[in-house]
Amino acid sequence: MFGYYLDLALHSLKRNRVLTALMVMTLALGIGASMTTLTVLHVLSGDPLPGRSGQLYYPQLDPRDMDGYHPGDEPMAQVTWVDGMNLLHAARADRQALMTGGAVPIQPADSAIDPFYEDARYTTADFFPMFQVPFLYGHPWSGADDEAHARVVVLSRGMNDKLFGGKDSTGQTLRMNDAAFRVVGVLDSWRPSPHFYDVNMGNYSDSEGVFVPLSASRDVRLSRNGSIDCWGKGGGDDDHIETSPCVWLQYWVQLDTPAKASAYKEYLTHYVQEQKALGRFQRPPNVRLRGLTEWLDYNKVVPSDVRLQMWLALGFLLVCLVNTMGLMLTKFLRRRGELGVRRALGASRRAVFAQLLVESGIVGVVGGAIGLLLALLGLWIVRRQPSDYAELAHLDASMLLITLVLAVCASLAAGLLPSWRACQIAPALQLKSN
Amino acid sequence: MDVRPILSSLLRHKTTALLLVLEIALTCAIVCNAVFMISQRLQRMQMTGGIAETELVEVQSASIGALPDAKARTAADLEALRRIPGVKAVTLATQLPFTNSSWNTGIMLDPTQKESTLNATTYFGENLVGVLGAQLVAGRDFNADEYTDLGDAQKDPSKASKVVIVTSALAERLWPGQNPLGKTIWMGKDSPQQVVGVVKALIRPSLSNGDNTAQWTLVIPMRASLDNASDYVLRTTPEQRDAVIKAAAATLHKIDPHRVILDKKSMSQLREEFFHNDRAMAGLLVGVIAVLLVVTAFGIVGLASFWVAQRHRQIGVRRALGATRRNILHYFQTENFLLASIGIAIGMAFAYGINLLLMRYYELPRLPALYFPVGALSLWLLGQLAVLGPALRAAAVPPVEATRAA
Repeated sequence: MFGYYLDLALHSLKRNRVLTALMVMTLALGIGASMTTLTVLHVLSGDPLPGRSGQLYYPQLDPRDMDGYHPGDEPMAQVTWVDGMNLLHAARADRQALMTGGAVPIQPADSAIDPFYEDARYTTADFFPMFQVPFLYGHPWSGADDEAHARVVVLSRGMNDKLFGGKDSTGQTLRMNDAAFRVVGVLDSWRPSPHFYDVNMGNYSDSEGVFVPLSASRDVRLSRNGSIDCWGKGGGDDDHIETSPCVWLQYWVQLDTPAKASAYKEYLTHYVQEQKALGRFQRPPNVRLRGLTEWLDYNKVVPSDVRLQMWLALGFLLVCLVNTMGLMLTKFLRRRGELGVRRALGASRRAVFAQLLVESGIVGVVGGAIGLLLALLGLWIVRRQPSDYAELAHLDASMLLITLVLAVCASLAAGLLPSWRACQIAPALQLKSN
Repeated sequence: MDVRPILSSLLRHKTTALLLVLEIALTCAIVCNAVFMISQRLQRMQMTGGIAETELVEVQSASIGALPDAKARTAADLEALRRIPGVKAVTLATQLPFTNSSWNTGIMLDPTQKESTLNATTYFGENLVGVLGAQLVAGRDFNADEYTDLGDAQKDPSKASKVVIVTSALAERLWPGQNPLGKTIWMGKDSPQQVVGVVKALIRPSLSNGDNTAQWTLVIPMRASLDNASDYVLRTTPEQRDAVIKAAAATLHKIDPHRVILDKKSMSQLREEFFHNDRAMAGLLVGVIAVLLVVTAFGIVGLASFWVAQRHRQIGVRRALGATRRNILHYFQTENFLLASIGIAIGMAFAYGINLLLMRYYELPRLPALYFPVGALSLWLLGQLAVLGPALRAAAVPPVEATRAA
């Protein structure tokens, strides 16, 4: 029976080529636009570290003085050097890392390459195992290296390609800001998206090219980038930044179980009370321990324009659906006579309904297929924009599946009402009027 | 024209008519809000910079390693840059408009305040007002003896400057309706600064604090040097910008090959990049509106054609009974006008609702009332244009059709 319906449908679609093309194209445009924006939104709100993100937390403290205090204020978004070091050395979490971003001048040994600046991350040893950073060559530096202020560096894969032609460069020396660093490891490709561990450095920017121990980065005065927030007499000048009342470091912890997380939050409160007793802190304890996803939501990392575009595309899809529905309905009703004859010859209402649904289904499938092509075109256009998330805009398997489901649902939605309406025709009446 | 026969015939096609009304309503609602958003974006892209944008270029340079003689090197750089043909003025600044990277400070009107009144951006650099071409509207520019070194002031707050230039927007915000000249602001409990000049405008480098604070700007008479600043800004003529950029980068490289030129652009380029997202969004909205209107127009053409074809015989009968071609034409035009009107009425309500949501979640202003009549007019026009073809075809049906079987 399906084959026969297919035949009838194709015949009918061919009879009205312009109308068919109009319906297919409208549907395709709606689906293409929605898929493009949904994919971008999906990519931007993805999990940066699947499997690990549930155990990562971002502690926040409020070390400010009482000036401008309002109960219920959010604590600060970063930590001071003193607090960061205290928490790091207490090592109460399963893993912990203190970090900030920067830019370092790299002086390649190969004189054919001019010196250039590269984004860097100054951090501590646990950064690599905690964020499950993959290594191509070598290994991370150790906690002992942090303590010894060792001049060591870990390169990204791209940086290793650029400086050492992709060869195993561990043991080699790299000059940065007139100081010599020993390469201990090279990362494999790694680009967590969003760039969750420091949201001040571009939410979707590429990960850094060089990683240096925080202690060594301070010794050779590698320049710091990102947000710095000072209060009281804090001036934020680089030479006294360790003792200034300024927050400029991100501190991340890994806590494997929820029980450990609540214990850690209690520890943070104790820490604040202790610091108050010492006279360093003045405000009442006000700590937060947001999980990774919660921290990203709180910082609203997904650009609001991307959400707006998605709503716009969905509105557009709705208009396209209504339009297709209207055209399909007119088309079916125009064939009252033919449908009346089929009904009079014994076709059940159900059979007519199925026949019409097959016809609208074809429109939907073709529209969905063209819509998919349009979505690929749309994503290609998005990738050519100069935004920092541009190169992430690719269709993945799950989005492909959603596209197909959306296309089928859309075409069914567009076909259901017209088919139902058309199969209500009373056979005798139609025969008479003709 | 009597609309009763039209209404009764529409009632026989309730579902189809409803779909068309719904389509017009949705299109109307989306188009009204989209046009409004486009106007907002275009307006934002035109935001006043307050500087001689078409005459400025920047070259950003960074040194490698420690710089014990930063002041002397800065002076040498500036001297060499000044000698480039076409350069009218040059300075080293800690920040520039449209670069997204800024220095900011809390301002107090009274040193005993517990909390800053507001947060403003701070521009440092010798003769910055003159080089950037910001327009003084009251008071004066800084005197040469008022300048101190930023590096010194960072180490010893007593060397900080004592005077400041503000924008007129910031002055109006701090002292509404009063003369700002001679007033004092505090950037910390012990650093009072007296206002000696007011510039018409000078935009903040970053708008992350909201567009309403875009002009909250201070200019401070402190000389920057290479250990605390990296932006050389040069004033030239619009035609010589490209040549000056190239020459400036080459000059800097020649003086010290051991440095990196991070960026070299004209101020117009910086503005264009700064507002890129707004331009892209406006372009996207224009595209969506165009496609939406085309889709809706085709929807109307499709439905009208169907109705004309279906009523072929009735039209023949009416013509045979004496209706003129004009009567038939008007019938379909009126029918479309009725449907469009209902659609527009519902669409206006939708548009208002969408605007409320946008105000709530995307901080958009209220849709100006003017958009409603203009939106209605354009959809009526669209409907009439779309229905014209099918209606003319209907009018061309000859009376003899009445005698033929359908």
